[in-house]
Amino acid sequence: MALQNRHLLGLEGVSKEEIKLILDTATTFREVLERPIKKVPTLQGKTIVNLFFESSTRTRISFELAERRLSADVVNFSADMSSLKKGETLKDTARNIEAMKIDMVVMRHASPGAALFLSRVIDSVIINAGDGGHEHPTQALLDLYSIQEKHKRIDGLKICIVGDISHSRVALSNIYGLKTMGAEVAVCGPATLIPSEIEKHGIGIFNKIDDAIAWADVLNVLRIQLERQDRSYFPSLREYRKYFAVTKERIERAEKQITIMHPGPINRDVELSADVADGKHSIILQQVLNGVAVRMAVLYLLGTRS
Amino acid sequence: MKYLFKNTIIIDPANLIEEPVDVLIVDGRIEKIRQSLSASKNDQEIDLRGNIIAPGFIDMHVHLREPGFEYKETIESGSMAAAAGGFTTVCCMPNTNPVIDDDSMVRWIIEKGKSVNQGIVDIYPIATITKSRQGKELSPMMELADAGAVAFSDDGSSVDNAEVLRRAMEYSAMINKPIIQHAEEPNLAKGGVMNEGFVSTSLGMPPIPSISETVVLARDLLIANYTKGKYHAAHISTRISVELIRDAKKRGTSASCEVTPHHFTLTDEAVRSFDTNTKMNPPLRAYDDLISLKEGLRDGIIDVIATDHAPHSFDEKQVEYLFAPFGIVGLETAIGLAITELVQTGYLSLNQLVEKLSVNPRKILNLPQVTIREGEKANLTILNPELRWIVEIEKFKSRSVNTPFNGRKLIGRAIGIFNNGQLLLND
Ligand SMILES: [Zn+2]
Repeated sequence: MALQNRHLLGLEGVSKEEIKLILDTATTFREVLERPIKKVPTLQGKTIVNLFFESSTRTRISFELAERRLSADVVNFSADMSSLKKGETLKDTARNIEAMKIDMVVMRHASPGAALFLSRVIDSVIINAGDGGHEHPTQALLDLYSIQEKHKRIDGLKICIVGDISHSRVALSNIYGLKTMGAEVAVCGPATLIPSEIEKHGIGIFNKIDDAIAWADVLNVLRIQLERQDRSYFPSLREYRKYFAVTKERIERAEKQITIMHPGPINRDVELSADVADGKHSIILQQVLNGVAVRMAVLYLLGTRS
Repeated sequence: MKYLFKNTIIIDPANLIEEPVDVLIVDGRIEKIRQSLSASKNDQEIDLRGNIIAPGFIDMHVHLREPGFEYKETIESGSMAAAAGGFTTVCCMPNTNPVIDDDSMVRWIIEKGKSVNQGIVDIYPIATITKSRQGKELSPMMELADAGAVAFSDDGSSVDNAEVLRRAMEYSAMINKPIIQHAEEPNLAKGGVMNEGFVSTSLGMPPIPSISETVVLARDLLIANYTKGKYHAAHISTRISVELIRDAKKRGTSASCEVTPHHFTLTDEAVRSFDTNTKMNPPLRAYDDLISLKEGLRDGIIDVIATDHAPHSFDEKQVEYLFAPFGIVGLETAIGLAITELVQTGYLSLNQLVEKLSVNPRKILNLPQVTIREGEKANLTILNPELRWIVEIEKFKSRSVNTPFNGRKLIGRAIGIFNNGQLLLND
């Protein structure tokens, strides 16, 4: 069994069997990460570029660690969007990279479809590390892995994604992956942050956090920002905290087992209270560790595919 | 020079002739329309069996990009593209650099239009509503009209300030020239790149809600009604827009509107390809919008088909979706799309199509009607409504090839045009 596509651009259209393959492969790499020598020679001689047009230290470090643990040669390229807009186009940058005989490119970019665009203009294997509000497949895969690790299954679980769904780079990949794996999915947040017609993906919508907590087995809590491009979507962080934050009192009131996830970085005591982030329900740190294992799995499966 | 067109059907809403006839043109005028005319020695005889001739088509919404953006299109290349697409006349939008907001610029465009391609295509400039297209002070409309501007538009942006629009409507009504509004509420549309709905949500794209068009249109129609000015809505794209225009017309408002071929052909589903040639403003909308636009054409609520021909260079469009400029070229695919999507599907007869492409725009712009009668100047679009062909951007006359229709199979194509004494046939 191998992955169908030579790139990982998103989870939309990726089959259950393929996701299982990635998660199973990640399990073997989790074992590697527990060893005293955490390195395998799998991608020796392969060169990977981490092409980050938006700063995302966590994702980049996670990929870089995964690449080095597979013994790949790693090059980091970071540029902020404004310089890109002024001068060289993405196509130029990509062609330059191509000329340097790169095997794989991991890209973070602000535009939806940027990873697909890159796959159309160069021959290297592309891994999408976030294309705007579109997909961020490895984040969703590590979320799936972490849910499975905790609950021993994904099928039939109820997962609610909480917060800014409209601008999240995580929500869609999670929805696609979770639905494929048989989970029930809902979103919760202020109506201003829930994108139009999202229910057509076959998911529920909550506007009250207590309803979401009462319903869900797992809450995946997203980072909240007060303003985006000079637009405000809710009155204040204070009001957001009061009506949408996941807090210890709310969880205790629900009197149930619930798993708390967050893709990071957390705004402590805004979307998630500190005691919940660090509490017994939280698997946030496991997500970070699993992120490296899942990325190793993806790099391995795509890097050794042909 | 004499031309004899043999065995052609004439589709002229003002002069219906059912049978194939022969048309003799002498020195740019229609001399005779008869059955079985025979050619004399020096006549150029062209057999038009299976083809029709219609009063020359006019595209009242074209961006020729000159001056300022000649790498995208020039008046010369745009006029060739128009001719190839079957248009004998185009109206060019003033969002050039510099913008067309003074009479010398209007004259310059008219002169330039006459000097390119032996002046076979008539180029009529549209001037701005406001100075520098800033939406604040009125352009010198009377002077612009005297110089030859046929309408006013700040296209590319909406006239946002209701007071400015009110005064523009009142002022332009004195000279009976339409105000052409690109209806878009800038705050609602800000940052958006495609229609808001299930597709934008599924692609994570910043959305442009349909209300960004309709709230401005609704307001404008009330202003038009109040001022008795002459209002034309450019490129309407939503179901509600059609309803608003219908209601305004019922109320007696002097309002008209146009639709582009891409809006009655494609929906926002096309954006799933991430092809930047699906990015235009207004954006491709939902399926129910598309059906309403076709019904609006059929029911006479939508008066005009206009292309919003918006050339951009290959490199400008070869970028990430978020950064690509809005707009596509339209002149060379308009007739094919209109016949395929509207005539073949029964929404319009060929006669109605000619109204949308020739009669109605001239009515709105207050231009003399073109008819095919003996003694009239010959201003003709020649087309084959049954011809099956495939769009190939390699064959475009336009300097730009930003179209989502490359490779598309169409029915119906322009064969050529005759205007200002000259015949141009496509190869
Ligand atoms: Zn416009």
